[in-house]
Amino acid sequence: MLDVVNLSHTYGEGPNAHQALGGIDLKVAEGEMVCVVGPSGCGKSTLLRSIAGLIRPTEGQIRIRETTVADTPGDLAVVFQDYSRSLFPWMSVGDNVALPLRRRGKDRTARRAAAAEALEEVGLAAASSKFPWELSGGMQQRVAIARALAYRPSLLLMDEPFGSVDAQTREDLEDLVLKVREHHRMTVLLITHDIDESVYVGDRVVVLTRSPARVAGELSVDLPFPRDQIATRELPAFVHLRAEVGRLVRAKKESPPVQV
Amino acid sequence: MIDRRVVVRGAAGAAVLLIAAELAGRSGLIDPVLLPPMSTVLAGAAGLLADPEFLTDLWGTVIVWATGLLTAIVIAVPLGVLLGTLPRAELAARPLVEFMRPIPSVALLPLVTLLIPYDHGVKITVIVYAAVWPVLINTMYGLRDVDPVAKETLRSFGFGRLAVLARVSVPSAAPFVLTGVRLAAATGLIVAISAELVAGGTDGIGAFMIRAGSGYRTDLILAATLWAGILGLLANMLLVRVQRWAFRWHTERTGA
Amino acid sequence: MTTTVEGQTTRGMRAGLLAVLARVWLVPIAVAAWELGTRQAGSTYFPPPSQILARMYELWFSGPAAHLFLTDGALGDFLPSLARLFGGWALACVLGIGLGVALGRSRKLSGYIDPLVEFGRAIPPPTLIPLFIILFKMGTQMQVATIVYGVIWPILINTIDGARHVDRVHADTAQAFGLGRAQRLFRIILPAAGPKIFAGVRLSLSLAVILMVVSELVGSTNGIGYQLMFTQQNFDLSGMWGAIVLLGVLGFVLNASFLVVERRVLSWHRRARQTT
Repeated sequence: MLDVVNLSHTYGEGPNAHQALGGIDLKVAEGEMVCVVGPSGCGKSTLLRSIAGLIRPTEGQIRIRETTVADTPGDLAVVFQDYSRSLFPWMSVGDNVALPLRRRGKDRTARRAAAAEALEEVGLAAASSKFPWELSGGMQQRVAIARALAYRPSLLLMDEPFGSVDAQTREDLEDLVLKVREHHRMTVLLITHDIDESVYVGDRVVVLTRSPARVAGELSVDLPFPRDQIATRELPAFVHLRAEVGRLVRAKKESPPVQV
Repeated sequence: MIDRRVVVRGAAGAAVLLIAAELAGRSGLIDPVLLPPMSTVLAGAAGLLADPEFLTDLWGTVIVWATGLLTAIVIAVPLGVLLGTLPRAELAARPLVEFMRPIPSVALLPLVTLLIPYDHGVKITVIVYAAVWPVLINTMYGLRDVDPVAKETLRSFGFGRLAVLARVSVPSAAPFVLTGVRLAAATGLIVAISAELVAGGTDGIGAFMIRAGSGYRTDLILAATLWAGILGLLANMLLVRVQRWAFRWHTERTGA
Repeated sequence: MTTTVEGQTTRGMRAGLLAVLARVWLVPIAVAAWELGTRQAGSTYFPPPSQILARMYELWFSGPAAHLFLTDGALGDFLPSLARLFGGWALACVLGIGLGVALGRSRKLSGYIDPLVEFGRAIPPPTLIPLFIILFKMGTQMQVATIVYGVIWPILINTIDGARHVDRVHADTAQAFGLGRAQRLFRIILPAAGPKIFAGVRLSLSLAVILMVVSELVGSTNGIGYQLMFTQQNFDLSGMWGAIVLLGVLGFVLNASFLVVERRVLSWHRRARQTT
């Protein structure tokens, strides 16, 4: 489904150059939910922005369903961390959700219906005619998720989607994402710095090293579905996986990888 | 740090325009009497600097402009401070200000010409009328925007109202005042030249242009326009410099 | 119960009335002082406001009801003035916003054009009147050209600024969802730059009134500016003061109505800022 091959990116030139990505290989299978974890500032966002076609990587290749991602973004949707800046304050919630559907060649009524359905799914059916800034942070992020859902992308990218909300809302949103992903059999790539979260929502966790980011290792998460905030987190397997991911994140802090 | 590419591109853009204008004139695409080639205009502009007649005109504009601007500052700043510190007075005066401000100062020219027989006096009066408003409004706004914590700090040390005004309110409103002065300077130049064009008079860039226009000397008109533009550019640059230098603390604090 | 509610409403009304009074009490006093002062002085140059109003009525507002009480003179002067004003202003808006978005979104293009913009806006617009008189002859074309040239700068500069600083996450979101050029322009860039654009457009409106007057004073055979000159030359001072008052009212009304429109169009911006 998603195939990232030897992806490198360097910002700037000459002595001020900063290498953010140092050759990343990553595969995401159809219907899989992969979490990418790494220390802050390691280049996770650069990876996501490259996959979304927002920046052109200096080296390497990205293919979505065998099509190379070039300037034009692939058939994907993005949920950004900063919901207040990702939703457009001059449009109603419904219009925000419906906007990308224009690209799907749907007419006005079809767009409205799709938007209403998506909002219903995230539990915000009544908020359609409100403006984003009239909602709480968690609700705004639900709108952003609804927008991604309505678009029916073949790949959903999420960049620290729960990074700016309080702990309770965060758990609700994690469960919401698990639910809709299950329902639509969506392929998701979620970027986070939170180890617990990556294990809780992911089918697989990929750990990146400090910048320039490389893949430090990856783990399959064989936790049963449906997951539960209390029950899942107290499973020995969960505790074990969390420790494993933590070790991978930490290990590379002390011994940086050898330059190739 | 200025990017070298920016300079090169800017120069290229200007060059393309100049060459296009030159070609349009030379090839006869535009009647050269109406729009002379750029080389003629630039040569004319250089020549004007050595022309005592034009220099007198230039000086005439500068002098009425500067006098008008200074007078406006002398009137508007104290008035703005007064209205800015007395909210009730400001509230009452606001409708009068809101009605008088939109009257275009050049509309007063016919009246002022009748009242004041002295040519520079007419121009200065309308410049003052135009330049007062931006300074007044910005001064009032600046005083209202003073950080109350700063005022209360000083009050708590036992300073009186006037001391607070002099030490906190006026200094912290000063950047706003200077912004107003910059706006007033730009408007003032527009009004100065408008007044010269409408009322004529003995000297001024506008008067020079009328004389050049009656002789169909578009090259001289354009050359004088060029100098008027440079005058405006210089004045703005100067005031921006002054503002940056005098209020480093302000730009640093707001990160603007 | 009801009495207290009524008591509250009357108290509320009284408070509202007092607030209005606190705002406007100086206006009647100022007008009365003006009337008394001018009567006392008896100067020909300063007719009392009552006389100015009478003259305004006589000149412009004593027409037939079918013409909204406007006289032929009023129609002959107001309509051309307003047509030039709005025509020039609208043209400047279209050109300024179009060019501004292009320059704001393309670093390359703005690199080539920016210095020209900087110089162009430094030229005081009335300086171009003599040139425009020769190029376009006296009349509407020259006046519209003057207005367009004069008022385009605030629109252009603000649009460039607004379009250049569209929030990066907004731009990224639009791009990630693959919005087309037209949609990005009309749904993202223009609304995001809206507040800045409106500020520039409002500034340009008051500038347009000034330039309309200047261009009519210099070269015109009709219009409010021409009327101003005509009354002065005929020593009709009440009429001249009337034209001045009229211009003040025009400026005030234009600004106020523009604010109403702005409030409606940009209500999201105002309210979004209040909540955060």
